[in-house]
Amino acid sequence: MADPIRWARYRWQRLISAGGEGSSNSSNKCYQSPKTIGKHRIVIPCLGHFKEEYEKVSKLYMNNKIRTTKYTLLNFLPRNLFEQFHRVANLYFLFLVILNWVPLVEAFQKEIAMLPLVVVLIIIAVKDGLEDYSKYKMDKQINNLLTKVYSRKEKKYIDECWKNVSVGDFIRLSRNEIIPADMVLLYSSDLDGICYIETASLDGETNLKQRQVVRGYSEQVSEIDPEKFSSRIECESPNNNLSCFRGFVEHSNKERVGLSKENLLLRGCTVRNTEAVVGIVVYAGHETKAMLNNSGPHYKRSKLERRVNTDILWCVLLLILMCLTGAIGHGIWLSRYSEIPFFNILEPDGKSIPPALAGFNMFWTMIILLQVLIPISLYVSIEIVKLGQIYLIQNDIDFYHEKTDSTIQCRALNIAEDLGQIQYIFSDKTGTLTENKMVFRRCSIAGQEYCHEENAKRLESYQEMDLKDEDSADCQDGSSIHMSEWQRHNCRTVNEPLNRKSLNQLSDSYPALGREDGAGDVPHSGHVAFSSPIETDVVPDTELLEKFSQISSHFYQQSEDSSELALETMYITEFFLALSVCNTVVVSGPSQPHQKMRLSSLGGVPIKSLEEIRQMFQRLSIRRLSSSPLPSVKDSSSESPNSFVSKLSVFRSKLVSPALDGAAQRAAEPPNTDSPENSQVPQELDMVNVAAGCEYNTAVSSVEWSQLPKLCYEAESPDEAALVHAAKAYKCILQSRTPDQVTVNFAGLGSLTFQLLHILPFDSVRKRMSVVVRHPVSNKVVVYTKGADSVIMDLLRTASEVATNNSEMEQKKIKERTQKHLDNYARRGLRTLCIAKKVMSDAEYAEWLNNHFLAETSIDHREELLLESAIRLESELTLLGATGIEDRLQEGVPDTIQALRKAGIKIWMLTGDKRETAVNIAYACKLLEPDDRIFTLKSQSRDACALGMRKILESFQKNTSSKKKFSHKRELVSASPSTQAPGFSAGLVIDGRTLEYVLHDSLQNIFLELTEKCRAVVCCRATPLQKSVLVQLVRNKLKAMTLAVGDGANDVSMIQVADAGVGISGQEGMQAVMASDFAISQFRHLRKLLLVHGHWCYTRLTNMVLYFFYKNVAYVNLLFWYQFFCGFSGTSMTDHWILILFNLLFTSVPPIIYGVLDKDVSAEVLMQLPQLYMTGNKSMAYLPSTFWITLLDAFYQSLICFFVPYFTYCGSDIDILSFGNPINTAALFIILFHLLIECKSVTWIHAVVIVGSILFYLLFTLAFGATWKTHNPPSNPYWIMEKHMIDPVFYLVCFLTTCVALLPRYLLRVLQGTLFPSPVLRAKQLDRLTPEEQRIAIKRWKDDCIVNCRVEFQATFGSSSSAVGAVSEEESIASVLPTSKTPFQACSTDGLVEDTVLLPDVQDQSRNTNDLNSEMTICLNPSKETTSDTCGSSNSRAEVSMCASKEDSSAVSLTKKV
Amino acid sequence: MAVNYSAKEEADGHPSGGIGGPGGGAVGGGGGSRGAVKTRKPDNTAFKQQRLPAWQPILPAGTVLPAFFIIGLIFIPIGIGIFVTSNTIRAHAIDYTGTEPSSPCHKCLNVSWDITPPCTCTIDFTLEHSFESNVFMYYGLSNFYQNHRRYVKSRDDSQLNGDNSSLLNPSKECEPYRTNEDKPIAPCGAIANSMFNDTLELYRIDNDTRIPITLIKKGIAWWTDKNVKFRNPTGDGNNLTALFQGTTKPVNWPKPVYMLDSEPDNNGFINEDFIVWMRTAALPTFRKLYRLIERKNNLHPTLQAGKYSLVITYNYPVHSFDGRKRMILSTISWMGGKNPFLGIAYITVGSICFFLGVVLLIIHHKYGNRNTSADIPN
Repeated sequence: MADPIRWARYRWQRLISAGGEGSSNSSNKCYQSPKTIGKHRIVIPCLGHFKEEYEKVSKLYMNNKIRTTKYTLLNFLPRNLFEQFHRVANLYFLFLVILNWVPLVEAFQKEIAMLPLVVVLIIIAVKDGLEDYSKYKMDKQINNLLTKVYSRKEKKYIDECWKNVSVGDFIRLSRNEIIPADMVLLYSSDLDGICYIETASLDGETNLKQRQVVRGYSEQVSEIDPEKFSSRIECESPNNNLSCFRGFVEHSNKERVGLSKENLLLRGCTVRNTEAVVGIVVYAGHETKAMLNNSGPHYKRSKLERRVNTDILWCVLLLILMCLTGAIGHGIWLSRYSEIPFFNILEPDGKSIPPALAGFNMFWTMIILLQVLIPISLYVSIEIVKLGQIYLIQNDIDFYHEKTDSTIQCRALNIAEDLGQIQYIFSDKTGTLTENKMVFRRCSIAGQEYCHEENAKRLESYQEMDLKDEDSADCQDGSSIHMSEWQRHNCRTVNEPLNRKSLNQLSDSYPALGREDGAGDVPHSGHVAFSSPIETDVVPDTELLEKFSQISSHFYQQSEDSSELALETMYITEFFLALSVCNTVVVSGPSQPHQKMRLSSLGGVPIKSLEEIRQMFQRLSIRRLSSSPLPSVKDSSSESPNSFVSKLSVFRSKLVSPALDGAAQRAAEPPNTDSPENSQVPQELDMVNVAAGCEYNTAVSSVEWSQLPKLCYEAESPDEAALVHAAKAYKCILQSRTPDQVTVNFAGLGSLTFQLLHILPFDSVRKRMSVVVRHPVSNKVVVYTKGADSVIMDLLRTASEVATNNSEMEQKKIKERTQKHLDNYARRGLRTLCIAKKVMSDAEYAEWLNNHFLAETSIDHREELLLESAIRLESELTLLGATGIEDRLQEGVPDTIQALRKAGIKIWMLTGDKRETAVNIAYACKLLEPDDRIFTLKSQSRDACALGMRKILESFQKNTSSKKKFSHKRELVSASPSTQAPGFSAGLVIDGRTLEYVLHDSLQNIFLELTEKCRAVVCCRATPLQKSVLVQLVRNKLKAMTLAVGDGANDVSMIQVADAGVGISGQEGMQAVMASDFAISQFRHLRKLLLVHGHWCYTRLTNMVLYFFYKNVAYVNLLFWYQFFCGFSGTSMTDHWILILFNLLFTSVPPIIYGVLDKDVSAEVLMQLPQLYMTGNKSMAYLPSTFWITLLDAFYQSLICFFVPYFTYCGSDIDILSFGNPINTAALFIILFHLLIECKSVTWIHAVVIVGSILFYLLFTLAFGATWKTHNPPSNPYWIMEKHMIDPVFYLVCFLTTCVALLPRYLLRVLQGTLFPSPVLRAKQLDRLTPEEQRIAIKRWKDDCIVNCRVEFQATFGSSSSAVGAVSEEESIASVLPTSKTPFQACSTDGLVEDTVLLPDVQDQSRNTNDLNSEMTICLNPSKETTSDTCGSSNSRAEVSMCASKEDSSAVSLTKKV
Repeated sequence: MAVNYSAKEEADGHPSGGIGGPGGGAVGGGGGSRGAVKTRKPDNTAFKQQRLPAWQPILPAGTVLPAFFIIGLIFIPIGIGIFVTSNTIRAHAIDYTGTEPSSPCHKCLNVSWDITPPCTCTIDFTLEHSFESNVFMYYGLSNFYQNHRRYVKSRDDSQLNGDNSSLLNPSKECEPYRTNEDKPIAPCGAIANSMFNDTLELYRIDNDTRIPITLIKKGIAWWTDKNVKFRNPTGDGNNLTALFQGTTKPVNWPKPVYMLDSEPDNNGFINEDFIVWMRTAALPTFRKLYRLIERKNNLHPTLQAGKYSLVITYNYPVHSFDGRKRMILSTISWMGGKNPFLGIAYITVGSICFFLGVVLLIIHHKYGNRNTSADIPN
């Protein structure tokens, strides 16, 4: 019982806190002084002398039991009802029920009137209940997970359920265990006091995050003893900020140690790489950050639903009109009688009501009677239909992606039909259009370009399925070529088979590994991030390799002489060192995916620089070397320690130097801490052997080489990984990384260990990252920087003034040449990065360090100071070179984009990349066609921007008015003849800076006008905020349906803002997926999702909705017509039960089946004829006219259905219910057969349901008529159906009525199908052809459909602005199409899909370059964008953190956008 | 700020519910993954892939042409059949409301329910054709809204079904005809209260002699009504007077319900006139079966052509609401009384369908070919 109370209190607190701090920036909380207690929580262990206080304080906090269910058994009914009555529809129902209780207006029996409401409530309640129950089961499962909690009684850690964990408990976790609650890390078995956690279940990122033991505890020798823990922890109140944690530990001696997020282990994460950790729980259960961040599924309202709502308003109006008619009619009818006729009954008190009042009462009676006109069942039906549609979408096998074992996830259940109406798609580039698999393509070192042709070839011929072998061979080649002479002989022979095999195994076992790893719910099913074979294998450039092979320590040491050759060699060396050092990549072995390669870090201790070793070991020996208690070894084989020891003894015997003894001990440790590594022990020990003994052993070293591919790099961004892998290909192998040192195995120089002095991490303001290391050879402080070229180029050492020095001249030359290369790279769509370095003297460094410390420790303006400090460091750089990384297009992207564009969807590409890259990707993915005219908008001020846009618009107008003259000065018309066509297509490219101006209020309209005329818009350098503002702009101003698709945290805001958000579950974690409505694994799936499922869902739902309106209007009008013959008294000629059940039972299932299963055109045709999508795009299936035609038809049918029986029975002795029975039965037939006419495909399910409905109706009425003899008023249907069943007139009436009522609709459909078939109808006819005929027909279609469509669309959308867009869109298609009609089409086997793909890929490269040259650029006030985007970027950061993303992940995504 | 995560998703074993699906995701995923080679690959079934074999009711003119012709061909004969049948029915109606001053019943126009002595009037009429088969005698009322909502409700079926408790405590629906002077009314309600109470007698005038024609008053109600739905109260003995003890007659009735008829099996609630009246008419102009005239033998028609005289005991006031009263004599066919509508409707619709068929044929020839040639080669 205590739980609900606590829950309520907790909710209350949250409400309060949300209200109080709603507006304040969440980051402010971070900087609140921790001293103000009261708002903070105090965490005390429930031990020893704290016990009393513990009782007082900690008991107030929530325990770790979670309850995500909305209801309990007790409160289910009231709460569910309460929530259901928040819906307007249900309130309407309730209103009717209450109205029916007023005796004056009551139309139905009270219990009957409640029936619809009760049924709806029950259906929804059952649905809610089931949902909640599954949550309950999930909660229970989670709550009953076991973890090790310190028990005071037993003085040891015992197994406890998660739910019993409470604040202040000590918890001990082993590797791969899930963290049960937010806790402060007090002990880690790691020597450095580090614990690695994987946050995949929080944000989907598979890379490891480091967490640090609280300062002061890391030096402890043994595991922390909870009994002796006498400190108290104070920290901020629970909040949902994942990236912020503030607090301090107060020791018994009042000494305080600060806590930060680095000390906090978050619930739900998994401990990796660390044998054991101990922490104290600070937040538990619902107060954990993970739970607080957990907002439930979000609901969007679809466009169709909004449309339906307006039509329901029309229905309300109609209802009121009908009721008014009834009221007035009743009044008039009454007033016709001078005295009260005896069939008009007096009030119980014997008085009569004046006609006016009676009329008023009648109004309400009529509302009850005609209530069905408001299709309440529609809401329930729509919900069910959507569930069905979603179910079918999720089960589409085409969305299944084998490699990631993922299929589509529909996270929003109620906007599936929006997918059929998308007009604008906003797409992210990286990871969405491209694979986000960064592949090292080119580099330029010291002004010399290395093309890596081999590499390019490999990429082109690359096919993931069958190239595993080749890859390994490639790799083998790469490594073996590199091996210096002494290795070569043996390696080749000994190694090759082994290597190949191991590699194969490796790649095969990856997915399996991930899945077997029980607790690790790795979303990418076991792929370690950014390490697919295509990324990891780089074929070195032969020329560079040549030069590289000359590098030896000999040259290196001489490089100080700056001789010509040596200088270049020095550059090359430094370049690759920078590549492998300047990053934050975590190294681990693949068999233990997150195992640090610590052992091997010593494996290749340099042969020469013993001095260095000594230095290092001296430092090491200071450290605590005593062996930590041996943790439970789970999976190491029992014999491995033995074998290890035996080898160790051999190893020891060879030790000479006492200094090396430290190394031995150091080396001896890892097997203890990282014991599972023992599986690889033999080889690795050999490595140690080599290293420590400095023994020259070719056989062994060859084994060592074979080891190398097993290194596994976990990078924050794919670019980093690509660079490290590239360096690895040149045998500059990053071997290990610890917080304070980096070891690189350099082919020519041996293993170098850099002392890591500082890392200035990447941020989007600086657009670069730096690493400060002490160079092991030169022993100098070196800063390696890598970053965006625009930034780095300005930070280079300016050598121009006194260019006397040879090297400085050289530097300048290098800079120029590199810039040229960079431009070239960008043009090829490569992502560019500049690598630079700076050598500092110790004094300089010390000075900077001082300042930096000041900055770090300052409280105010810390961010700014840190930035300044970073800028101080990153100046006067020496350019080493640049890299070009290719991000390959995803499979099928150009196809998809082309299809989507043919479907009339405008696609915008919003990317953070630079313009050239973006434009080239746009060309590659067919977003821009070679024939398109490209307008580039790039301006420095708002006015200039406005001017630019006006110029472009003018040129548009000129273009359309005088088609042949393109005389505008600034225009450069591409020579292609297709631009001469009336509708020429244009693309717009906008720069991030300009975007800022464009989004200003005053320019928005002109901008939109401009974009409406362009068929594609590319926005580069766009920040996440700008992306979302753009989407919002188009959505609000153009009233267009928007879809945003993205994969990273930077797309989250855009995805949330758009009408339909699609997340691509790619490499960048789950952020986008979590925010999205639909999550797909590949961009190309968008094609089927929109063109097929979107179209289907939309047409299905619209047809069902229209059918519902029809059904209700037709049925209710029967009652209405009857009022004219019963003095508007509100009598129904059908029994009330049957009346109510008619909608609830007899005619409810067929429309639902219709809504779920109807298929107007087959998926294949829809995929091949994207034009068909336009029906939804332009809301063709549900125009206002359609609605009114439907209503008109309903009126007609109801008239027929009423008056045919009326004239048949008129003047006879028919009684009320006998009169109603044929009407009702005919109505059932009409309504069901109407559905059959409207149905586009009838399966056995349809047949069963319709026949079932009819049979059910007959059986029900028969049974009803046979049993209910005293069923009270108005009169009962006793034996009526039975009597009718033997009456031929009944059958004749029903038959005639049904035929006459359906005749017009049938005729209309026939004529429509014959005389003016809509594109959809024609496509439907295609389905009946044989595949062969169909293919030819489709081809033929494409030729003449466009003309047809255009005429039709023009006719339908005369003057509306969107129509203009549509027409021009069509025209553009018309202009494009002839170009794709090449010989390919004739011989292609697969119709249009094929030929569109084949063509451009071949000519891509050459054409693109041409186009770039010929493109028109409006560039006003051009200047260098040195500080551009600064503002935008900071905005973006704010935005990203606002979206509750993790800091790390946003950094990831931003890094990627460099 | 709702603290729920999509449990469904987790149950499916999707990548965890992300932020906040902490353990759940992991556990769910773990559980799912242990199922050996279980993938998320959807089943490749016709239903799930939406490839169910379907009949496509596409409606180009060519396909539906036969349908129109067939409908036309079916409808027209049916219509003719109905029409002919309807025309064989003999019917004769006499309005005896007496609104016209010339009418013999004019004097009774302003009668009230319980006038004594009753006003009687006689109307003579001539039948042009003889009625061969059984003749049904109806009374017809016009502008009488027996289908008024509150009128229709004003009855107690339980009472009429012989339920003793309802007999003494009728339903509230009967108000204000539920009790009279603190005694429950049996039968209660407005319908019963306003029961038609004219008496009609038919005489054949054969050479100025009035030969009464036997009017059978049993068998005019539905069998189920008479035997199941309407029941007299049960109790000791068959004395209806005793059974209806404690109740009072409806206000407008001259005598209580147990005195409606002399025969015990046509008295009380199971009086057939009463039952027929209680089956409320659907439309304001209606007729109700009053008596049957059975054909005596095969030699003579039931009602031969000639002069007849209708004697009316005029009790039922309809003048106040401009109602009209009629007496209708009619024979009956398999499709009920005389009504040409259905036959004409069938013929018309059949003709229209036929016509449309022809139109579509033309359309099909003109446009259908063009259409198909655009789609299908050859």
